[in-house]
Amino acid sequence: MIYEVFRQERKGQAFQHAGSFHAPGRDFAETYAREFYGRRAESVALWIVPRDDVVAIEDFADELGRTYHRVDGYSLKGKLREARERAGNA
Amino acid sequence: MPRADLLLELADDELVLGWRNSEWTGVAPFLEEDVAFSSIAQNEIGHARALYELAATELGTTADELALDRRPDEYRCAPLVELRRLEWARTIARHYLYETADAFRIAELTRSADAELAGLAAKIEREEVYHRMHAEMWVGRLQATAEGAARLREAVEELWPAALGVLDEELRPGWTEEVGERLGFPLPSVPALERGRHTGELEELLEEMTAVRRSAPAGASW
Repeated sequence: MIYEVFRQERKGQAFQHAGSFHAPGRDFAETYAREFYGRRAESVALWIVPRDDVVAIEDFADELGRTYHRVDGYSLKGKLREARERAGNA
Repeated sequence: MPRADLLLELADDELVLGWRNSEWTGVAPFLEEDVAFSSIAQNEIGHARALYELAATELGTTADELALDRRPDEYRCAPLVELRRLEWARTIARHYLYETADAFRIAELTRSADAELAGLAAKIEREEVYHRMHAEMWVGRLQATAEGAARLREAVEELWPAALGVLDEELRPGWTEEVGERLGFPLPSVPALERGRHTGELEELLEEMTAVRRSAPAGASW
C-alpha cells in the first residue's frame, strides 16, 4: 500500500506534502515515516495517510470563462487605489 | 563485573550487530526496509560509540582505539551478533531476539546506582524503543502467514543457543519467558552459547571493519 506523508516543520505551521512510500501496513508506515521524515529533526509532526484515502479532484469546469471567479480576474491594485482616492486618503 | 568490562560487552554487541545489520544496506527486501534497517544499524553504532567513550575515560584510552584496535579475542560481544548476513527470516529472528534481550539489560542499567551509566542507558533506551517496535512488527508480519511463521520458528530454533548467550544468567529466565509467550512455540532446551568464545566470522568482520583504520593509523579525515 502507498502512504502519503505530510510534514510539519515547526509548531503552528501548515503541514506540507513530504513524499510517499510503500508499506505493508499502518505499523510499518509509522516506522518508515519516522525514519524517512523524522530522524533528522526536520519535522515536529507527521501525518501519514493511505493514498487510497486521499480524495483527489482534478477536473475544474470553467466553460463560460467567468474570469471574475479567478484570483487573476481583475486588478485589485487599481480598484484599491480608486477606492482610497474616493475615501480621500490616497 | 568491573564497569569497563560491562561497558565493553554492551558496546561490542552494538558495534558488531550494527555492522552486521548495515550489510543489508542496498540489498534489503525492499527500498523502505533498506532505509529503515540501515538507520537502525547506524543507531546501534552510535550507541556503541557512546558506550566506548564512557569506557575509554575509565581506561585512559579513546573510543576509536577500543572499537578498532583490539585483537579479536579481546572483543566481548556475544556470538549471536557475529553471524554474517543471514537470510531475512534469520535476520529478523536475530533482530527480535537481540532487541528484546537488550531491553532487559538496558532496563537493569537504568536502575543502576552509577548515575553516568544509568543516564546513558536511559538515553539509549529512548532509541531502542523504536528498534523493538520495528522487530515486533516484523515478527507479526512473518507470523501472519504459514510460511512466514515456519521460517521464523526455524530461524529462532537455530539461533536460540546463541541468543541465550546475550544475557547473564540472572536476566535470562525473565526474558526467555517473555519471548516464549510472544512467539507461541516451545523454545529449545539447549545450553547457551556463552559470551567469551567467538565464531570464525568475527575475525573476518574485524578485518573488514578496521581496514581504513589500519591504512591510516594516524587517523583519516574525510
